Amino acid sequence: MQTPLTKNIKPGRDFATLADYRATGGYEGLRKAVTSMESLQVQQVVKDSELRGRGGAGFPTGLKWSFVPMGENAPATKYFVVNADEMEPGTFKDRVLMEEDPHQLVEGIIIGSYAIRATSAYIFLRGEYHLSAERLAAAISEAYDQGYLGKNILDSDYSLDLYLHTSAGRYICGEETALLNSLEGKRANPRAKPPFPQISGLWGKPTIVNNVETVCNLPHILYYGLDWYHGLGRGKDKGTKLFGASGRVKRPGIWELPMGTPIREILEEHAGGMQDGYRLRGFLPGGVSTDFMLPEHLDVPMDFEAIAAHGSRMGTGTMIILDDRTCPVEFVLNVERFFSRESCGWCTPCRDGLPWVVAILEDLIQGKGRPGDLDLLHHQTRMMGPGNTFCALAPGAMEPLQSALKYFRDDFEKYLRRPVLAEAG
Amino acid sequence: MPNIEIDGAIHEVDGGQNLLQACLALGLDLPYFCWHPAMGSVGACRQCVVTQYTGPEDRRGRLVVGCMTPVGEGLRISLKNDAAKEFRADIIELLMTNHPHDCPVCEEGGQCHLQDMTVMTGHTVRRFRGKKRTHRNQYLGPFINHEMNRCIACYRCVRYYQDYAGGKDLGVFGAHHHVYFGRSEDGVLENEFSGNLVEVCPTGVFTDKTYGKRYSRKWDLQTAPSICVHCSLGCNTTPGERYGELRSIVNRYHGEINRYFLCDRGRFGYGFVNSERRILQPELRGRQAISPDAARELLKSVLEPAEKVIGIGSPRASLEANYALRELVGADRFYTGWTESGNELMQTVLEVLRRTDALNPTLAQIEQADAVLILGEDPSNTAPRLALSVRQAVRNAGFELAAKVGIPHWQDDAVREVAQDLRSPLFIASCASTRLDGIATDVFRGTPDEIACLGFAVARNLNPKAPAVRNLSASLKDKARVIADALKNAQRPLVISGTGCLDKTVIEAAANVAKALQSGGKALSLVVPECNSTGLALLSGHSLEEAEKALESGAAETVLIVENDLYRHAGKSLVDRLLDRAKYVVLIDHSRHPIAGKADLVLPAASFAETEGTYVNNEGRAQRFFSVMLPGAEMQDSWQWLRDAGAGNWEHADSIIAAIASGIPGLKGVADAAPGAGFRISGMKIPRQSQRYSGRTAMRANIAVSEPKQPVDPDSPLAFSMEGAAVQPPAALMSSAWAPAWNSNQSIIKFQAEVGGHLQGGDPGVRLLESSGSLDWFAAFPEPAKAAKGTWLVVPQYYIFGSEPLSSGSPAIAEQVNGLCVLLNPEDLDALQTKSGDALELQFDGQSTVAEAKSDIGVPIGVAAVSFGLAGSEGIDWLTRVPIRKAAAEV
Amino acid sequence: MNNGGATIDRRLSEAEIAEILEDASHYTQKSGASIEALKIVQKHRGWVSDESLKQIADLLDMSVDELDGVATFYNLIYRRPVGRNVILCCDSVSCWMLGADRVREKISERLGIGYGETTPDGEYTLLPIVCLGACDHAPVVMVGEDLYHDVDEARLDQMLNKGA
Ligand SMILES: Cc1cc2nc3c(=O)[nH]c(=O)nc-3n(C[C@H](O)[C@H](O)[C@H](O)COP(=O)(O)O)c2cc1C
Ligand code: SF4
Ligand code: FES
Repeated sequence: MQTPLTKNIKPGRDFATLADYRATGGYEGLRKAVTSMESLQVQQVVKDSELRGRGGAGFPTGLKWSFVPMGENAPATKYFVVNADEMEPGTFKDRVLMEEDPHQLVEGIIIGSYAIRATSAYIFLRGEYHLSAERLAAAISEAYDQGYLGKNILDSDYSLDLYLHTSAGRYICGEETALLNSLEGKRANPRAKPPFPQISGLWGKPTIVNNVETVCNLPHILYYGLDWYHGLGRGKDKGTKLFGASGRVKRPGIWELPMGTPIREILEEHAGGMQDGYRLRGFLPGGVSTDFMLPEHLDVPMDFEAIAAHGSRMGTGTMIILDDRTCPVEFVLNVERFFSRESCGWCTPCRDGLPWVVAILEDLIQGKGRPGDLDLLHHQTRMMGPGNTFCALAPGAMEPLQSALKYFRDDFEKYLRRPVLAEAG
Repeated sequence: MPNIEIDGAIHEVDGGQNLLQACLALGLDLPYFCWHPAMGSVGACRQCVVTQYTGPEDRRGRLVVGCMTPVGEGLRISLKNDAAKEFRADIIELLMTNHPHDCPVCEEGGQCHLQDMTVMTGHTVRRFRGKKRTHRNQYLGPFINHEMNRCIACYRCVRYYQDYAGGKDLGVFGAHHHVYFGRSEDGVLENEFSGNLVEVCPTGVFTDKTYGKRYSRKWDLQTAPSICVHCSLGCNTTPGERYGELRSIVNRYHGEINRYFLCDRGRFGYGFVNSERRILQPELRGRQAISPDAARELLKSVLEPAEKVIGIGSPRASLEANYALRELVGADRFYTGWTESGNELMQTVLEVLRRTDALNPTLAQIEQADAVLILGEDPSNTAPRLALSVRQAVRNAGFELAAKVGIPHWQDDAVREVAQDLRSPLFIASCASTRLDGIATDVFRGTPDEIACLGFAVARNLNPKAPAVRNLSASLKDKARVIADALKNAQRPLVISGTGCLDKTVIEAAANVAKALQSGGKALSLVVPECNSTGLALLSGHSLEEAEKALESGAAETVLIVENDLYRHAGKSLVDRLLDRAKYVVLIDHSRHPIAGKADLVLPAASFAETEGTYVNNEGRAQRFFSVMLPGAEMQDSWQWLRDAGAGNWEHADSIIAAIASGIPGLKGVADAAPGAGFRISGMKIPRQSQRYSGRTAMRANIAVSEPKQPVDPDSPLAFSMEGAAVQPPAALMSSAWAPAWNSNQSIIKFQAEVGGHLQGGDPGVRLLESSGSLDWFAAFPEPAKAAKGTWLVVPQYYIFGSEPLSSGSPAIAEQVNGLCVLLNPEDLDALQTKSGDALELQFDGQSTVAEAKSDIGVPIGVAAVSFGLAGSEGIDWLTRVPIRKAAAEV
Repeated sequence: MNNGGATIDRRLSEAEIAEILEDASHYTQKSGASIEALKIVQKHRGWVSDESLKQIADLLDMSVDELDGVATFYNLIYRRPVGRNVILCCDSVSCWMLGADRVREKISERLGIGYGETTPDGEYTLLPIVCLGACDHAPVVMVGEDLYHDVDEARLDQMLNKGA
């Protein structure tokens, strides 16, 4: 089994240095791109690779790029931005890629930038990732030294500057348009779309925002070619993906596996199954803004459409396991507190709706729930559904809640049946 | 114009609009918060949601946000379907989760958009049981009260304050449901348009503090259409009265002038009407009261012999008052109250406006300009609302760029993002720093002479037929070329100038630039000093110097002054001499000022709030204002005092207006400024009181429970009553904006021909000046004098608060007035071995003025910019060169 | 910090200014560096005081209100003094499932402070944080810039003794 993204991550080695990276073909994809291909050709290869974004939404990367104005009349300034804000609870894949093999990301960025003819690139890194920051900064400076960045990259006519920006917190910064506002030094409120960033992004200029893992795919696609890449996936989706699991499994962790790997295989083979004394009740397939799935879904492959067909989303592909000794209502309360606290405060449903959801869940758990509360919660999940809020934060927040109400209804109702102590006292 | 289907009915709508706008324009009730007709959409509140269907087969549809959805042919939507209705009620419910529900004690109550929208969506039952988050309120200065707990986080305040008005000291802090709108620390809001927060905020977070001090509900205010008296733009206002006091001023929408916004001087300057400075009864010298009848007799007797009487009018008095005075004393003995140079300035303005081939733009047209040159005017301080329009004009380059990449005009954040700091060119030539400098492409600082020269040079650059300027410095030449190029490339270039420099060559230079421009969309806007300067100039009269001569020679003995503090228009020595030489001085005015102390007879006039009349604004638009309350028992309109003294036998306002229209050639149109007193709707007058005006009995219950008859108003079609026509009056007579279910000022949407456009039936007022296009080049440009060492050229520095006398009589404004200052270049300050804060003495012929030194890098070396119109500035001879030295004592 | 303001220079140092301006050069507009600038000052001083904020605003041609609006939005910018070490306790779902509450309680017990509080000696401030991206080693805690995995009593000892 091939693991292009993690092939340089070796036990016992701190991280892949420039030499380590180059030893396995590092920067050859870039060389090929800038010395022998036009930007539009690079775009075409990526489009043909059928690479889909690894940031959560799975948007086809090549298609995304194709909206960037190219050619003579395109604006002189364009940006390529890497979303390294990884803050979705339960998600810990980008950090690994950045800490252990920083040059892979740097090379990917240069290739992506070249494909859209970006003039500058930024890595938007979450503030708490100090080790990633250190290693990326070093890698960037090495890349400049080697002529991979700066003026006339590898003697081509292409020049690029790459900057590392470390964030100052807030989950909403991961939303690509909020990220752009944050990068401009503003409050991280998302922006309305349209206009899409490809038309008016960073400082109003055409901009691409891609996830770290997405970008890490680029050097390999360019270097090894389409056939190779297409051969990696096991299902409909192409390539490999970092899948992970956390919670009460025997070996929580992260593994690079082909797209389309069945969930059961990930959980049972790689994560070692549930810890002794715990049973699987359900799981969130890719971070907290995805819907619960149940043990009966274990044979679903980790493919975007397959997961969607079962009412959830692959999201970031890092699973959170709900065991039978954890109360799903408390689980959901924890998640909703997170979303409520991380709302940017721009649009009404999210800003004022999430604290209400939290209040209802708290009441419920404290035995102060009232009949009708569950219907109200259900109603909230619809009101904060996709399209009704300004960005996808609140709809994401509703996914675990709505699916918990569906799958774990009894656990919610139990709280309503409990004698109400508060009122007695 | 696309057709769209709304709840089954087909409507034709304006294609450039968003769906919310389109629905509102059709008169449909669709609730909203974050959208504002002047500020566009951001899609934050999600209140304006409707259901959109993909086609006739689509029965479910999906929810879309109205204000963020462009209208297009074939769009099918429903406002009424359950999903959308339920969503809108949910949104209100969410907005109300933290709201204190304190309507009974909230000043917004009864004119609250949030109340209106809550009722409109049908949200009545509160389900949220959690704890409300609470905030601390801030002190924001004398104008605005802050009550953050009422906030619904629509973001309008910051968008208005920062993005629209260019303010810096109000922002949004924190995140999630803790977002806080205020200042980083307590303190006076710095922006001169802060008062609009009161109307921009859809709930009671920002309220009018001056109104709060004497509060009554909107429905209990007696209101009338009025015109702002605090500068020459003629913004339309609605003053509100209760218990014989003026309680507040709010914006009265005028589609061509102020639209949605006023400046703080206009909004908070009304306090003088209630002030202790009001003259309440006729007085003899030494404030000895006499009865009105005795006063009338006395006045008649001192007007004999008629040929020994001269009358001095006023640019802040109505056309009616000035005309009556002119009739009383005769045109030969009518004086404007301006000096020779003042007269000349205003006649130059008139001449230019009557003959220029450029558009004389409305404020709405100014906002459309795509290149602006401001020549020698400081509109932020002399005509503030105009500066707000210039702020919008510079955005046009950004709108254009946005349109190119397919971003509609109304999508505000996206337009700003793509535009970044791209602005349409704005050039400012002034004697000191201005508040618009921050958005200017370039600024030029010089003396009025140099500013004029720059203007002449720009004209010459644009058109070789314009007179050439000699001895131009290289840098001035460069500037002129850059400015000319920018103006030349524009479709709608605009030149703004005016009387601010007190120098007519500046105005002539501006006229030359306008003439030199080729573009068909070119415009020239001239600012004049006061609310009726143009009206007075149209009547034309002699100067104060001539008045003094007439008195000195004995040709005149008695001076009749109407609503004028002459010290504000002429140097102290001239006015002193004039008054000393007069045998008898009569003053008719509403507020006390130094002339009152020197008059032998003082007659109490009604203020704008207590009388009806006409002002002509800077564009030459005659506008009628109406009394909102009765004057005090012993007061009457200036024109009525003059009528009683024999000026004419006009019974009512209409009669004198008719006389003006037929008697003065340039003023024929004034009669059409508003319908006359005989106007009726179905036989009824238009009420000044709302239909729910409460307690006419209760108001007087402590005196007697029998309700007196309401006063009659023979002068206007308005009634001091709640009874009357219940339908929409013509725009000029709309005493207040109210529509069923729309109690806030946002109800204006129901009265506009299109959202943010003209009022139905046309915006009020009549433009009197028609230009012939025959203006010739002005050729007499000044030769800037070399600075003489040890002297400084004294130029006026205007202040929005302080330079205008009436507003300074309002306590809230008075708090914001600084003492007399002299702005000097830091190098000059060094040369004088002084620093900011020190007292400096300016030595004029025979007397000296002491002012506080302030450093301003914008003031050219050798120039001293001194506060205009403030107490202590009477002795100043403007545009002269004087020595300055450190004062012995502190100011 | 409880060492008062007296010994601390209220003006930004030349080093701080140089760092800020260097970062500002990466952006088309100086204000792009606002967050970085706040972090630079915080790195040097532990937190961002009103005075510092005003000076940064000046440097970046921003208004104080604008910059403070930014500063108060982000949770890693401290507008109040914090201890020499900030303890960030992950309270997101994976850590919560694996005992984050108990870890937090233990820390509170030991240091005598709750969330948002600083020990009297100015050594530690305790704050909650969202998922630190190490869920496979939950529960995790970050002290200063160091991440502690699989936190149990023994790790706690190690963590808290290091700073002392
Ligand atoms: C609230 C919110 C948070 C997000 N956080 C992240 C994040 O931390 N990292 C990320 O790559 N994408 C995140 N996304 C998704 C991005 O908006 C965007 O889709 C992604 O960066 C695009 O990259 P891709 O096309 O390579 O997947 C988030 C989205 C939302 C709505
Ligand atoms: S859904 Fe609305 S409030 Fe929530 S984060 Fe997105 S824009 Fe902000
Ligand atoms: S008015 Fe449309 S979202 Fe606020």
